[in-house]
Amino acid sequence: MNLKRLKHGIGMTLLFTLATLWLLVTGLPFYYMLQTGFKEQFEFLSSSPMSLPGKLYLDNFKEVLKHDFVRYFINSVTVVSISVFVLLVISAMAAYVFSRIDFPLKRPLFALMIAGLIVPVHVTLIPVYLLISRIGLYDTIGGLIGPYVAFGIPLSVIILTEFMRQIPRELQDAARIDGCDPFRMFFTIILPLSKSALVTVAIYNAIGRWNEFVFAYVLTTDPRVRTLPLAVWEFQGMFSMNVPAIMALLTLSALPVIIAYAIGQEQIVRGIMAGALQGR
Amino acid sequence: MAQIAEVARLAWVQNRAQLRWWKEYAAVTILFLLPAFFFLAVFLLWPIFRSFQLSFSKWNGIDPTPAYVGFENWRELIRDEVFWRALPNNLLIVFYSLLIQLPLGMALAFLLDKGGRKMVGFKVIYFLPMLMSSVAIGILFKYIYDPYFGLLNTILKSIGLSPLARAWLGKPDGVLEAVTAVICWQYTPFYMLLFFAAVSGLPVELKEAALMDGASELQYIWKVALPQLIGTIRTAATISIIGSLTYFDLIWVMTEGGPNHASELMATYMVKRAFQSFQMGYGSTIAVMLFVIVLLVALTVFFSSQRIGDVE
Repeated sequence: MNLKRLKHGIGMTLLFTLATLWLLVTGLPFYYMLQTGFKEQFEFLSSSPMSLPGKLYLDNFKEVLKHDFVRYFINSVTVVSISVFVLLVISAMAAYVFSRIDFPLKRPLFALMIAGLIVPVHVTLIPVYLLISRIGLYDTIGGLIGPYVAFGIPLSVIILTEFMRQIPRELQDAARIDGCDPFRMFFTIILPLSKSALVTVAIYNAIGRWNEFVFAYVLTTDPRVRTLPLAVWEFQGMFSMNVPAIMALLTLSALPVIIAYAIGQEQIVRGIMAGALQGR
Repeated sequence: MAQIAEVARLAWVQNRAQLRWWKEYAAVTILFLLPAFFFLAVFLLWPIFRSFQLSFSKWNGIDPTPAYVGFENWRELIRDEVFWRALPNNLLIVFYSLLIQLPLGMALAFLLDKGGRKMVGFKVIYFLPMLMSSVAIGILFKYIYDPYFGLLNTILKSIGLSPLARAWLGKPDGVLEAVTAVICWQYTPFYMLLFFAAVSGLPVELKEAALMDGASELQYIWKVALPQLIGTIRTAATISIIGSLTYFDLIWVMTEGGPNHASELMATYMVKRAFQSFQMGYGSTIAVMLFVIVLLVALTVFFSSQRIGDVE
């Protein structure tokens, strides 16, 4: 019995050590990023990178804001909100048909959706770049919306279809007897009842697009239309040796998502994990 | 539009039930599916086909038309030493991801489950890397890895391990491992939460019964819980493999595949050839190869899991 307790004790200590170790591994880079942003450059070079700043020095943040951070920020907000809105509408419509209506070709079309999940961005990159250039959308915010919507469709439709299937059939039948046509059924019954799934899908796609890099990198060069991940990438070249300014920029760019996480932790986690948890 | 609908109606409607369906649902089916498949066709399906076509041509993207060159790009790809460094690098990342992220994520998931409410604070912190963009993470770690004023070397020096301090991203030797560590840092929380959802979904009776029968906690995890989680593990492995094969952002930001192609991946090499050297044809060849590899892996996983599913 004693041996068992000893074993248990050792086990628990090991577990706690692992937990704390990983906490440090995860936390330290964030700590470093946060506090370095408040240091003067000389202080950064002369003090230990782990020490807290002597005083709250805000010039790095001012410097970042001066370099058009706000414009990149607005570009990101614009692209993300338009593409997520369009994506939600389109996906909900398709999911409604897949979940509620029997029609010929239903299985192959849905299989196509599932196949869409594994298409790597890179195999579409060159043709999408050529297409966007040809129709004159290169270097515009509009050029990003197409691919941003399209790559969100497969998962969003699958999640929403799965959800809408759970809505009781009786509701639909009752409404139908009352003379409700399929269009009104969608807007007045199915859509309002799918709110929670729509929120999850919206969060998943919004965070993904907020952080998206490849398409934004290939489809834009003009700083006036570039989004936040590219601002981070460009500023890095511009400030290069001014590490505190770069850390201030990283902090600012991550802030919106971190604030959202602080407000609606459960929702955000469910949103981010939506893709993976779907498979279960 | 109306004509197409008319043709479809004539082709398909043969009896009264179908006619009734057609009157009530045809419009909504077609109108509601059209936008989604329009976007898929323009930005996913057509580009795949087009990449395939372009892989048989030479084109700088500026000349009016691509020049057809047959299998020349494909022959070049087979002899391309850089590609044959990139592919093994991808496979190494697959290997490390499966070997480090999944087990670590699983261990942390059991830990969180065991700790219950006491561990909520841990969970909040653990998840933080998932909130940052790969670009931001890449740049953050570039400075952490900096040989002169980086966090890592400073820590190593301060605890008396200065011989270990080095230019983490500057030497071909070890750069892939340094980058992989960051990838693990970024994605372990993802697998942790995926597994946590599955672990906390296991029935409590299962554990109680196992412990009652004299099994230790570890034995319970190893012999009872893990076999129950095989489906989730398979999902995680699939996501991990496909993700590792198509990896791009973080490496592009941290090393651009360097130094001397030591951390080159298929995706970074493809972007280099297509958008830095403007070889749209050869870039497409690499892209199609990447796609074919991902497709083969996905099909293998799909069919093998089906067979396992049959046996179970």
